[in-house]
Amino acid sequence: MTDYKRLTKDGLWSNNIVFAQLLALCPVMAVTGTATNGLGMGLATLFVLIASNLIVSSIRHFVSQAVRIPVYIVIIAALVTLTDMLINAYAYELYKVLGLFIALIVVNCAILGRAEAFASKNTLWDTLIDSLMMGIGLTLALVVIGAFREILGSGTLFANADLLLGSRFGFLEVTLIPDYKGFLVLLLPPGGFIAVGFLLVLKRWIDLRLSKDRTLPLESAGCSVESHG
Amino acid sequence: MTLADIRDRLEYQSLLLGAVVLVTCAVLAFAYQLTREPIRQALENDLLENLSQVLPPTLHDNNLLDSQHRIQAPWGEITWYQATLEGKVTAVVLPLTAIGYAGEIKMLMAIREDGRIAGVRVLIHKETPGLGDNIEISRSPWITGFNGKSLSDPRPSGWAVKKDGGVFDQFTGATITPRAVVGSIKGALEFFEAHKAAFLQPAPTTGDHADD
Repeated sequence: MTDYKRLTKDGLWSNNIVFAQLLALCPVMAVTGTATNGLGMGLATLFVLIASNLIVSSIRHFVSQAVRIPVYIVIIAALVTLTDMLINAYAYELYKVLGLFIALIVVNCAILGRAEAFASKNTLWDTLIDSLMMGIGLTLALVVIGAFREILGSGTLFANADLLLGSRFGFLEVTLIPDYKGFLVLLLPPGGFIAVGFLLVLKRWIDLRLSKDRTLPLESAGCSVESHG
Repeated sequence: MTLADIRDRLEYQSLLLGAVVLVTCAVLAFAYQLTREPIRQALENDLLENLSQVLPPTLHDNNLLDSQHRIQAPWGEITWYQATLEGKVTAVVLPLTAIGYAGEIKMLMAIREDGRIAGVRVLIHKETPGLGDNIEISRSPWITGFNGKSLSDPRPSGWAVKKDGGVFDQFTGATITPRAVVGSIKGALEFFEAHKAAFLQPAPTTGDHADD
């Protein structure tokens, strides 16, 4: 019996791709200038993550150890190319913003990591739950980092949301600080590192507050894919 | 013989890898066929949208995409568009490239047949956000200051930013970017003047397409 509560908690919080595994930092730094861009990148990655892991899980009995990595990479690369073409064709405005970075999903080691660590050993259903939660966790992380940088960097939140979600969602766009002069460094790449750094501290601090014996944290950073096992 | 027995044999692994590649390639080829037309349409709409930004609709009644030509400009080989109204050439639209603070600045510019600028827009640039990006229409109306200008208005010495003794504003903290834009627009006007005959000659609209 699989523990779905644990899978959910792992994906969203305790083994979060960005804030616990510290993977996928390349797209994180590149696209999170605004919350909307983070959301778009998160959703695209979520799609690739779920689709590739479901395929990996469904063919797991046929793939031998020796060739598994090239097989996974080919599947992931094909799905990313597919996503790229679909966004280009049906969401061109978004493509103009994200276009350069969609190809980066291929090298997002979190996707290969989930394929290797989870999907290749578990049933379709468990894989679906795992990749859904991991993907949502990643999307939330990207939105939070994007919001952090956008609010402090340019004083707005969800600018251009209508390009991503359609004009009905235009109400999401808010100017939080009118006449804000902007805080340039947060919009530039170093701002990504600064934002991730502060948010990591915040997450650790919350973890520390929540743990009763106060000795738990400080072990989970690193790249162990199966921590809290 | 079970799957586990043959799974580690070399032939099985090669065939498996081949099969995976074959299937994924087939899927991608199919998806490419499916999305080719929408992508072409999206790119075309985007181009038309950009063209309509620099060229007022009252200046032309032809489809600009049907009147594209190639020419060698000082900043590279470009595709330009001829605008006609009731058969008479009224303006040309040409792309130009300036070298700004952080790389190329790609622009689109429409010049009336009398040499006055109908409009300029920056399409792609990598200038510093908050400083150099005021060349974008969404950030500042600065770029509209070129409308109506020509090589004789202002005088050639005035074709520079104010810091260099010209008539165009620079931005606080960013002089290199506007200087590059002004210089590049002046260069394009001079190029247009030098090749006026070729630009303004009414060309047959068929058989002169750029390669699709």
